[in-house]
Amino acid sequence: MKINIKYFASLREQANKSEEIIETTYAKPSEIYNELKKKYNFSLELNELKVAVNDCYEDFNYEMKEMDTLVYIPPVAGG
Amino acid sequence: MFEISSTSIEEYKNKSFVTPECGGVVTFEGRVRNHNEGQSVESLEYEVYDVLALKEGEKILKETKGKFDILDAFCVHRVGHLQIGDLAVWIAVTSKHRRDAFRACEFIIDEVKKTVPIWKKEHYADKSIDSKWVFCEEDHRH
Repeated sequence: MKINIKYFASLREQANKSEEIIETTYAKPSEIYNELKKKYNFSLELNELKVAVNDCYEDFNYEMKEMDTLVYIPPVAGG
Repeated sequence: MFEISSTSIEEYKNKSFVTPECGGVVTFEGRVRNHNEGQSVESLEYEVYDVLALKEGEKILKETKGKFDILDAFCVHRVGHLQIGDLAVWIAVTSKHRRDAFRACEFIIDEVKKTVPIWKKEHYADKSIDSKWVFCEEDHRH
């Protein structure tokens, strides 16, 4: 399955890209993050993140579909 | 209304939300300060996930209107590379009576810091210290 991933803040810097389409055999954001964490050596743990699918907050067990847009949200710091 | 701006938001301070039934206006200015946790800060870089930030921002304002007896609420957040003293966030709340306007204004800034996908990177005066993405320690574990 192909998934569109967007990266922000520290994840964008560590992946060295803002967006990519990946091919994965996993369907849950939690599983996909573990795969990406190994690939890019992300320093943030899963329990420090939130996740958004198609521009809405979802949980890490959400069942992804072909070409969904997935964003991992590092700890926010507005204000 | 909740807005994101990549240019100066100083002019928003001239906006008037006053209506005839309005008895109080509370505003909040969040500015870039020159220090954080013992370090001298030179500038701040804000990054936003804009589509979700606008949705979450609107959700906060809607929740605020349901929770407090206010007439209206507005918030704008600046993004991009900001210097010391720059206005980063501006909030205005109008109400019939002052108490709810004060409470609502504080609620909005607290919620913006918790849920709106905006990040900030601190750049330090001491160049031997690497710039880093910062967050509110007590809020960041879910």
